[in-house]
Amino acid sequence: MEKFSKIKAIAADLQIMNVDTDMIIPKQFLKTIKRTGLGSALFYEMRYDQKGNLIKDFVLNNDPFNKAKILISGKNFGCGSSREHAPWALLDFGIRCIIAPSFADIFYNNCFKNGILPIILDENKVKELSEIAKQKKEIEIDLVDQKILKGDNQPFDFEIESFKKECLLNGYDDIALTLKKESKINNFEQKRKNITPWLY
Amino acid sequence: MSKTIYDKILESHLVEEQSDGTILLYIDRHLVHEVTSPQAFEGLRMTNRKVKSPLSTLAVADHNVPTTDRSKGIADKESAIQVETLSKNCKEFGVNFFGLNDKRQGIVHVIGPEQGFTQPGMTIVCGDSHTSTHGAFGALAFGIGTSEVEHVLATQTLIQTKAKNFRINVNGKLPLGVTAKDVILTIIGKIGTAGGTGYVIEYAGDVFRNFSMEERMTVCNMSIEAGARAGLIAPDQKTFDYIKGRPMAPKADKWEQAVNYWKTLFTDKDAKFDREIHLNANEIEPTVTWGTSPQDISSINGNVPDPTVEKNEDKKKSIIRSLNYMGLEPNTPIKDIKIDKVFIGSCTNGRIEDLREVVKIVKGKKVNKNVEAIVVPGSGLVKLQAEQEGIDIILKEAGFEWREPGCSMCLGMNPDQLKPQERCASTSNRNFEGRQGRGGRTHLVSPVMAAAAAIEGKFVDIRKII
Repeated sequence: MEKFSKIKAIAADLQIMNVDTDMIIPKQFLKTIKRTGLGSALFYEMRYDQKGNLIKDFVLNNDPFNKAKILISGKNFGCGSSREHAPWALLDFGIRCIIAPSFADIFYNNCFKNGILPIILDENKVKELSEIAKQKKEIEIDLVDQKILKGDNQPFDFEIESFKKECLLNGYDDIALTLKKESKINNFEQKRKNITPWLY
Repeated sequence: MSKTIYDKILESHLVEEQSDGTILLYIDRHLVHEVTSPQAFEGLRMTNRKVKSPLSTLAVADHNVPTTDRSKGIADKESAIQVETLSKNCKEFGVNFFGLNDKRQGIVHVIGPEQGFTQPGMTIVCGDSHTSTHGAFGALAFGIGTSEVEHVLATQTLIQTKAKNFRINVNGKLPLGVTAKDVILTIIGKIGTAGGTGYVIEYAGDVFRNFSMEERMTVCNMSIEAGARAGLIAPDQKTFDYIKGRPMAPKADKWEQAVNYWKTLFTDKDAKFDREIHLNANEIEPTVTWGTSPQDISSINGNVPDPTVEKNEDKKKSIIRSLNYMGLEPNTPIKDIKIDKVFIGSCTNGRIEDLREVVKIVKGKKVNKNVEAIVVPGSGLVKLQAEQEGIDIILKEAGFEWREPGCSMCLGMNPDQLKPQERCASTSNRNFEGRQGRGGRTHLVSPVMAAAAAIEGKFVDIRKII
């Protein structure tokens, strides 16, 4: 997993509430057996017309937003299906950070497994960032200090669980981390076999 | 200290808890399907890791499978590769797999309970958000992404943080014709699609007590549509009776031991909930969604909303976008909405009791000439049972297509899709833009409401029919 510490980039503004993972990556792209190559299908039905031509007024189709690394959106981003193809598509497109007033749980977790930082921020702050994004100004995300710098003297602070932050900063493979605890897991399993033997 | 059922299940599965609240949760059972697992198995291969507990894992192909004649295999090349990949992966890693021609094949959330794989007090995961279905048995069951699928395959654990407790009480008597689907849609309409985010929901009250196991599954299934990863109902005698004798249920002397343990799985009297709401069952009506989010609900006697009266700007924008997509005018009576297709099936409403209710409505009648209607049983065993009861005959005589089991038009990964602008009364769980096919328009309803709509060609108040 690619590490995340700091990025400074153009942000794309997509002010829609309840962006679901079907919208982020529709079903026909879930037939892949790989993680890569989904960027061109990101927001497929909003980005392409029925003939496959780019829809001009969709934000990610236009320069400089086609190079955005930050996405700013509405409440409950990533709701619906658990498909990790959604963060894979975002990442493949180049998005490393998503800022919204709230996220759906499964999507939120999936981001961290792929080096994407989802930031939860008050609605009015998200609105302010969305204005900056529209002006094509860069926004800087500093994960170490947990700050969003927007070119003035009033950076926004953001919260993140310490374990998730560590994993992102170091690009940890969390399976390797857990496997270090294998004997603990085995002990637990042994204990559980005694309490609930019908499960084994 | 008093505990909720969620607290109890969580505590009994804690391998480790760190000071920052991160927990390592032991996973009892893992369901696997073809769409969200290939990258996970590939990850194991790349790192030379094994599946830690193949016997705790059960795999089946459901999302991609055709629901028409399967004798010649899967026509779509990519779908065929994905299903074949699952079969190969299961063989290589020693995971139990129900193949396409196995009569036990079906939707992963139908076959888990059917086989007795799903039991109270367990932690159950699957790379599918509707894993919440299994909460109907008093299990902690939730959907995960593919990286987490790999994590569970390799370690039989997951790194988690504790959820908050949310109790939803529904008491009173449901009016005739009002179903479990209407109850859960009404709940989602009330708390919103993000209302349950960060919570595990416990459904409590006499309505859920009186529900059959299948009705409870319908409710828990759509917990995710309320934003909650998991929803559960404390087990009771109905739960035990349902499980007893199923192929993977505890046997002989272990049965008594299991039941005694399961009887401890309830919320203590004074347990604290972070949030709690109460609904009156008598007031719940047959429900139809009008928009592109499961929270966009209306009573059958209601109208499509008018965005001009919405004061919140974001909500107004959202209603306009939905109505535009759905091709609906503000203030249209729901009963005036004509439909082109009917889909009865899915992990929400593809079980035998759903089909029995449907045939009560359609027996001796004909599907409206403007409507194409398909019924897709949730599993091979549901199909077999229905055929033994003659349900397939009644459906076919009424003009429904009787299909092979799978996820089908719930998400349209197989050829069962809506065409642009086609309008569907669907017993599935999501009405998102493009969900059932690009430009397709989905109205979520109960099986009886879908059946009645198939006959009439538009939505009707089921209470006037039965």
